Parts: sequence; C-alpha cells; structure tokens
Amino acid sequence: MMPAGLNRLLLTVGGAVVAIVLALAISSVAILAAGADPVAAFGAFFDFGSTSTSVVSGIATVINRAVPLFIAGLAVAVGFRMNLFNIGVEGQYRIAAICAAYVGATFTAPAPIQIAVIIVVAAAVGGLYALIPALMKVGRGVNEVIATIMLNYIAINLSAFLLRGPFQGPRPEGQLTVTTADIPESGWFPNFNFLFTMFGLPAPRGAGLWGFLGVAIVLGIVLWVVLERTRFGFDVKASGLNSIAALASGVRPKKMVISAMVLSGAIAGLIGLPEILGRTHNFGTSFTAGLGFLGIAVALLGRNKPVGIAVAALLFGFLDRAQGPLQFADVPPSVIMIMQGTIVLLVVIANEITSRMALRQEERRAARQLATTNRVEVTA
Amino acid sequence: MEGVDLLSKRFGRIAVGTVAGAMLMAAAACGGGGNTSAGNSAAPSTGAASEPAKASGLKVGLAFDVGGRGDKSFNDAAYAGLEQAQKELGAEIKDLSPAGDGSNRGELLRQLAEAGYNPIIGVGFAYGEDIKKAAQEYPDIEFAVVDSASNAPNVTGLLFAEEQGSYLAGVAAALKSKAGHVGFVGGVENDLIKKFEAGFSAGVKATKPDTKVDVKYLTPDGDFSGFKAPDKGKIAAEKMYQDGADIVYQAAGDSGTGVFQAAAAAKKQAIGVDSDQRLTVKEADLQAVIMTSMIKRVDVGVFQFIKAFQGGAKGGKNDVYDLKVDGVGLSTTGGEIDDIKEQVDAAKKKIVDGEITVPSKP
Repeated sequence: MMPAGLNRLLLTVGGAVVAIVLALAISSVAILAAGADPVAAFGAFFDFGSTSTSVVSGIATVINRAVPLFIAGLAVAVGFRMNLFNIGVEGQYRIAAICAAYVGATFTAPAPIQIAVIIVVAAAVGGLYALIPALMKVGRGVNEVIATIMLNYIAINLSAFLLRGPFQGPRPEGQLTVTTADIPESGWFPNFNFLFTMFGLPAPRGAGLWGFLGVAIVLGIVLWVVLERTRFGFDVKASGLNSIAALASGVRPKKMVISAMVLSGAIAGLIGLPEILGRTHNFGTSFTAGLGFLGIAVALLGRNKPVGIAVAALLFGFLDRAQGPLQFADVPPSVIMIMQGTIVLLVVIANEITSRMALRQEERRAARQLATTNRVEVTA
Repeated sequence: MEGVDLLSKRFGRIAVGTVAGAMLMAAAACGGGGNTSAGNSAAPSTGAASEPAKASGLKVGLAFDVGGRGDKSFNDAAYAGLEQAQKELGAEIKDLSPAGDGSNRGELLRQLAEAGYNPIIGVGFAYGEDIKKAAQEYPDIEFAVVDSASNAPNVTGLLFAEEQGSYLAGVAAALKSKAGHVGFVGGVENDLIKKFEAGFSAGVKATKPDTKVDVKYLTPDGDFSGFKAPDKGKIAAEKMYQDGADIVYQAAGDSGTGVFQAAAAAKKQAIGVDSDQRLTVKEADLQAVIMTSMIKRVDVGVFQFIKAFQGGAKGGKNDVYDLKVDGVGLSTTGGEIDDIKEQVDAAKKKIVDGEITVPSKP
C-alpha cells in the first residue's frame, strides 16, 4: 500500500495536470471562436525567437515577470494560511513602491546599504499599511476584506497624488509621463546576467535578468521555514484550520491576526522593487499596476505553498511573455487572460476534488484499521 | 455528517476566496483588456484581407498603448497611416498592443526590432521612456513616437500643433454660440491638453472678446484616468450647459463620449477631437450634437514619417504637423460650420502666414 503522503501528492499533481489539459481545451475553443488557429497560438507560446539572444531575452522576460508575481503570491498566501483575506496587497505594494523609490532617490550610500535601506523602507511601509486593517479587525471586528479593498482605493489615489505632488522628480522637456527622481546608480540592483553568460550564452537584452530574483528566492525559502518549521508557522496554520481549537491551545488570535497581516503587508511592499531596482529606477505613471490582484490568483494556483506559488508565478510569466508572439501569429492576445482564468478556476476545482478524494481514502483506511484492531480485541 | 461539516468549513472560505479572486481578475481585465480585445479581434481579419506587400523590403512596426486600438479616434488614426504605408509604399506592417497593465511596452518594441521591423513607431506619450531605451539598444533602427519629443538620435518625435487647430475650433465656437458662452473639457491637466485649451480660448477671444469660456479638467497631471472617464466628462459638461454655455469643446479621449451625451441631453452642441467624430461616433443622437471636430492627422504624421524614412531621413528631431501642412484642422461633416467657412479660412490663413501666433500655454 502506498504511503498516504505520496498518494496525496500524486493526486494533487494528477489533478493539476488534468486541469491544465482541460484549460487548454477550453482555450482552444475560445481561440477558434475568435477566428484564429489554436495550433499557431500554442506555437506562439513556445516561439522564443530564432537567435540565442532572443531566446535568452525571452527566458529573462518570463522570470522578470514571475518574480513580482511570486512575491505577490507569497504576500497573499501568508494571509490565506490563516483565513485572512488580504485583498489589500495591491494598495500596500503601490504605496510602498513609491515611498521606497522616493527615499532611495534622496541619498547616496554604498550599494549594499542603499539597496538594503530601500528594501527595508518598502517592507516597513507595506507592513504599516497592512497594520491598519489588522487593527480594525482586532479592535472593532471590521471584516478585513472590506477594509483592505477600501484601503486600496486610498493607497492608489494617495500614491498618484504623491507622484505628481511632493515626490515628483525632474522631467525633460516634451515628456508627459511623470516619475519620481531617479535612484542613484548605487541603488540599482545588479542584474543576474551571469546566470546566462557563465554557460557561454549571450546576455539578455534590455535591463537583463533582474537581480531581485535572488531576494525572491531567499524570501521564499525563509517563508517556507517560518511557515512549516517554526512555532509561529504552526500557530498560523492552527488559527487558519480551527481558530477556536487554536485559542483553546493557547494561541492568541488577536496577536496572530496582527502579525500575519503585517507580515503579509511587509512582503507585499517588496512587489514593486524588482522593477524599480532592476529596470526603471524610479516610480512613474507607467509603473506596473495590478500585481496585487494577480497575486491572489497565483496564491490560489500555488495552494499557498512557496514551491507551488513559484510554479504558478512561472506559469503566469510564461503565458504573459507570449503577448507579442501571439500578435505576430495573428492570434488575439486576450487568449492569455482566458487561459490564466480557466487554469486558476480548474486547478482550484481539481484541488478541492483531489483533497476530498484523499480525505475519503484516509477515512476508509482508518476505518479498516479500526475494524482489524476491534477484531483483535474481541478474540482476546 | 461531522466530516461534511468540517469540509464545508475548510473549503467554504477557499471557495469565497476563489470567487473573490475571479471577480478581481475580471475587474482587472476590464481596466484595459476590454478595449484591447475589441481592437485585436479585428487584427487577424485586416491581416488576412490585406494584399501582400509589393516586396519593397520595408517592414514597419507599430506599438499601441494600453487599450489603444479600436478607439475610433487617436489610435485608429495612427493605424490608418500604417495601412496607407502598406498600400502606397508596399510596406509589410505589424501592429502590437501591450498587456492590460502596460508592463511590456519596452518588450514589444524589442520584439519588433528582433523581428526585423524598421522603422518602429510608438503611439502615445507613454512610449517616451521606453522608446528612448529601445533606441539606445538598437542604434541602427529608426524609431518614432507620437505626442512625445525626440530623446535620442534615432528617435523622431511626431508632434502636432494642437493649439492651431483648437484656435480654429475656438473661432467656430465663438461665431456659432448664441449665448456668448462656451466651454472646454480637458481629460488630464498636462502640457499636451493645455495646448488645446490655450488655442481654443485664444480663438474664442480673438473672434468675440466678450464670450465667456468655462474650463474644466477631469483629472490632474499624472493621473491618466481622465481620458477614460465618460461619467466625469458628462458631469463636467452638464454643469457648463446648465451655467449657460451652448457649445463645449472636448479634448478628453474616451471621456468625450460623456460630453456628447450631456450635449444631447441639454439639446446643445459640442466639438469633437482628434478624428472626425461625427463619423466615428456610432450613436445617431450623439453624432447630431457634434458641430465639428478638431482633427489631428496622426495618420498623416505616421505615413509621412514612414515615407521620409524610405527616403533616408534620420531621427533626432521633432516633426511638427501644423495648419500649414494640414496636420490639424476642422472637419465639416454635417455641414454645420459651412456658413462660417470664410471666417474660419481667414483665421487659418492668418496663422499659416504667421500673422497670428497661437499660444500653446493657457
């Protein structure tokens, strides 16, 4: 008989594979309905160009897109783990990003210090902004979903105000976009192009492979350790699974809500940094928005576990990269959103079904064992 | 039973989360995806219907901004210029739209460059920064950006003398206003839209100095939502009509629809912008209120840039399309300004001859 853990893993992976195949089938129908060729569409997803530079650039694009999504997924997952719905990741990262970009541009220090200060500012602002709904929840019982959604609007408009008001940087004649002042070069995160060049490959184009990838990996590992191997992680899990039982066993729910929300917000604060430190070096009107909401989908898809979230973020990054190639193949790029949507929905459904199946098998096995034990007792 | 209870407790919230997530995704998709998909669904058909390039070796790439294609105005005009290059210059053309969050503008420019497109055009001032970076990476490729100044030796800025066209709109409004009271609704209070206001006010004041001009911007500089808020446009125009204005000029992108709706409700008139909106707006009741439109010939700018490129022209400069080259002007569809054609043409001649210098700042 298979060990229960392996059985469960196989079920999970199997479920995900079935879900993705189904999602591909549904997307094919959508592509056909749009009058395009599904084969050309799926080909476009794997069309990374003909030169090795364009292939490497394509890979860098996938990873550069996946890194912020991964961080966003982690931020959302910390809350999800204890049944806290931090829908406010969107607002937390935007307000954190502009504050970090502004602070980073106001001084010059040796690179490690400057980058560390920017990261700390971003995490602190994100954490503090998440503290507001946490305090509202523990103090007045305000539902965190409502509070965080409302705080999103405030954060988005506040950062728009800061951008064109006190934090606005110089802008060249004839340019209509607005940005904060540029962060000095000591605050630019070195790129990780050596990951390609050490294998004799050319460096990717543009800003290359953003070095924040390293921070994201460390963050993912640390978070895994904290959630799976520490008392705090156990308390988070226990509060999420059964808050009353957790309370009975000595977990203080208010403290847990505050610390989980603040941790979630602090991680959220980092979402904008890969782009700011790696490419734009400022916060501007073309700053990538919406990553906080995408993080919800990524966390769901990754089952709130760092490894799963990494896979989900890479999948999203891979799909998003095809925006250009799809249009070259005359396929409407909205296919990407259809695929992402169907994959998330189907994987969540598959998760639920496989979890139930695993649970039922477990129950049956326990019942069988119980039955054998009873018989032993009777004969004795 | 207990097992079921436990399950529903455990999964109930996950289900709620799923629904919430899906809804938010949908909401995010509406942000720009709506327009994008509408535009893109047309892309394959145009591609298929187009005749094969006459092997001129000219490959022109064009990148729209978020939600660009299909706006029946500014962006579609750029595409019209691209199509003209396909027909008349035998160019092979490709247009790309970015993701809904605009995170891959630079990426699209690079993909066009990698695919051998030269020249490459970015539509909209949002491309200013990305064009600069792409131009530095591909010094052998010529770029152009609409509505933003040149910022590299191989970038051509395609600029328009919006203030001159708006001046004519001001002349027409002043002559046609019975109340002696007109209005201007701007989408975003930035330097670009201020040019429209400056020209319009100057035209009104030069024609009938005692005419009152109400001015309202929907959002402040840096907040581009004012170009996509028909509800705000409607409220702003409603107020002007209630205060006694009978003609409102709008330079507000998609928000202009709201201005037309307010005009139709108040049985007053409005002036369109960028394209001949009496033709591009679908609703008949809204068409009727559009007295004229200040046309900005983005199509001419795009086509002329491509043609000049073929002739060996290099970037590092701004091409300004003004009244002299008919880069801006007034539309006459509907015949509502036919009776004042003489005065408008006289004003145009004065500008072209340099007798009048239209201010570009209010």
